[in-house]
Amino acid sequence: MSEIQSTVFMALQTNDDTRPIIEALERDNPTAVVNYLPAMVKIDAPGRLVLKRSTVEEIMGMAWDLQSININLISLSGNVEETDDEMILHWNR
Amino acid sequence: MTNFATSKPPVHKMNLKEKYGLMTRDLAWETSYQPMDKVFDQLGLEGIKIHDWDKWEDPFRLTMDAYWKYQAEKERKLYAVLDAFQQNNGQMNISDARYVNTLKLFLTGITPAEYNAHRLFAMLGRQFPGAGAAIACQMQAADELRHVQTQIHSISQYNKYFNGLGDHRVMNDRLWYLSTPKSFFEDAISSGPFEQMIAISFALEYLLTNLVFMPFMSGAAYNGDMATVTFGFSSQSDEARHMTLGLECIKFVLEQDPGNLEIIQGYLDKWFWRGYKVLGLVAMMLDYMLPKKVMSWKEAWQIYFVQNGGSLFNDLSRYGLRLPKYWEQTVAEAEHLSHQVWNNFYNFTGAAAMHVWLPSDEDMEWLSAKYPDTFDKHYRPRIEHYRELEAQGKRYYNDNLPMLCQVCQVALISTKMDDPTKISHRELDHDGEKYHFCSDGCRDIFQAQPDKYVSAWLPAHQIMQGNCFEPGVDPEASGFDAMAEVMKYFHVTPGQDNMDYKGSVDERNWNEWKGFTKDSETKSS
Repeated sequence: MSEIQSTVFMALQTNDDTRPIIEALERDNPTAVVNYLPAMVKIDAPGRLVLKRSTVEEIMGMAWDLQSININLISLSGNVEETDDEMILHWNR
Repeated sequence: MTNFATSKPPVHKMNLKEKYGLMTRDLAWETSYQPMDKVFDQLGLEGIKIHDWDKWEDPFRLTMDAYWKYQAEKERKLYAVLDAFQQNNGQMNISDARYVNTLKLFLTGITPAEYNAHRLFAMLGRQFPGAGAAIACQMQAADELRHVQTQIHSISQYNKYFNGLGDHRVMNDRLWYLSTPKSFFEDAISSGPFEQMIAISFALEYLLTNLVFMPFMSGAAYNGDMATVTFGFSSQSDEARHMTLGLECIKFVLEQDPGNLEIIQGYLDKWFWRGYKVLGLVAMMLDYMLPKKVMSWKEAWQIYFVQNGGSLFNDLSRYGLRLPKYWEQTVAEAEHLSHQVWNNFYNFTGAAAMHVWLPSDEDMEWLSAKYPDTFDKHYRPRIEHYRELEAQGKRYYNDNLPMLCQVCQVALISTKMDDPTKISHRELDHDGEKYHFCSDGCRDIFQAQPDKYVSAWLPAHQIMQGNCFEPGVDPEASGFDAMAEVMKYFHVTPGQDNMDYKGSVDERNWNEWKGFTKDSETKSS
């Protein structure tokens, strides 16, 4: 075990598809830190990060399939739990 | 016309979990003509015990139909960008022609590794009786093949305009520095099925692949390379899935039987170190080869290994797993790695398939700011010395063949931790022969499986033994030039594909295309 404070992250391409996703992540995860890098956005959060389909849909004003995140997802860390309604990244301890 | 919508009972829309159960997990069956342990005959060989394959959880719950749908969409996006890139001469919009040398290293070193990963997963999928694991492997085998194809396709546009990109397959097989990534995959592919999973899905994909793709692709974007960013992120979108496979695999195996821990820890120690040694090439790309730099190797290692890997091992410690052996050394070495790897290529550029150049004053300021404890003290003086020699027309080349590490196959160029002026060198006697290593990590790997590593194909040894000439070449003939013959064997055209960027055909063409005047310095924006 290291003395590192555990964080999870999700990295997404910078494009029009991911803008509402990033906004939803910011809204639902107040402790998340959004890092803008060339062509990509990396969202770090201590311990846990949740992406809710309902929040993305509310922002977009239309139905959205959570699995379509596969198209724009660059990388992630943490254990993944995925249902139709949300995708959670977390460390168990 | 029949109204189907009203004549049929309402269809129950399956949720993700049900769909995954029916369309993935239920595809497996117990064999009846042959016993299961004969069909999956490699499973018991490593001593790993699995009691219940149904406990395997695929976190993405991706069914085959969804897989093809999303992969097709990724391809459509990618090829639309590639069309635009090619039609609009996108290769002219990069920051500087020096940048293309990162693509030469990528195409000859990493793209063939993707192909080996494809082969590995195609075979591995066959070894697991659990449908979840088998399907994840099949998807990954298809992904890796897609990566090879899209990378070759994207970079082919550069091949029309720049040298050194014409023969990645032969170069990967033969060029000395490419034996490092090549031997990594050959070592993995000749391991047992669980070791392969830990090697590639966990150690490489989860711990280390972010280092290759994230800073490098972001760097490609920063340097105006639309094609590479696009194929890179398209590949990397599959990696997110591969990483979860690696993590799932390690948790699954550790939960199945307490006896698995020691074996898995051993695999992890080994493959972390093997992977780390391959990444020296990436360190050089980030610090010395991107004309416009995004982050230093040291920063990338801090973010993606120390922070991200630290979080991961905090989580895995509940199974008794600890951080891989010698991880502290990689953090200490981050101060030195890129400078030492770059130096090696500067010295041996005559035998490589890409151009090198000395860092500019601006580059050195950047390096000094990123490496305040080491650059000015150890590496700036050496670069300034090279600069002086170049100014006097005495450009330094190393004409010898370097001693290689028997395991990672990297030349012995890294220094001792307590003295950055002395080379780190370990040796070991085995069966009456002496073997040499770059580090304790590599020596340990050899010691655990000496029979595997004594047969390593080490480029420097093979050249010395006369095994690196094209057929029909006679070393006894008068005027025989060994190095020239080796270059032919590498499929490298000396002076055109390698040596200094300054004065190269690539530089001349670039200046002409961009309208830079003959005597003005090459613009590196």
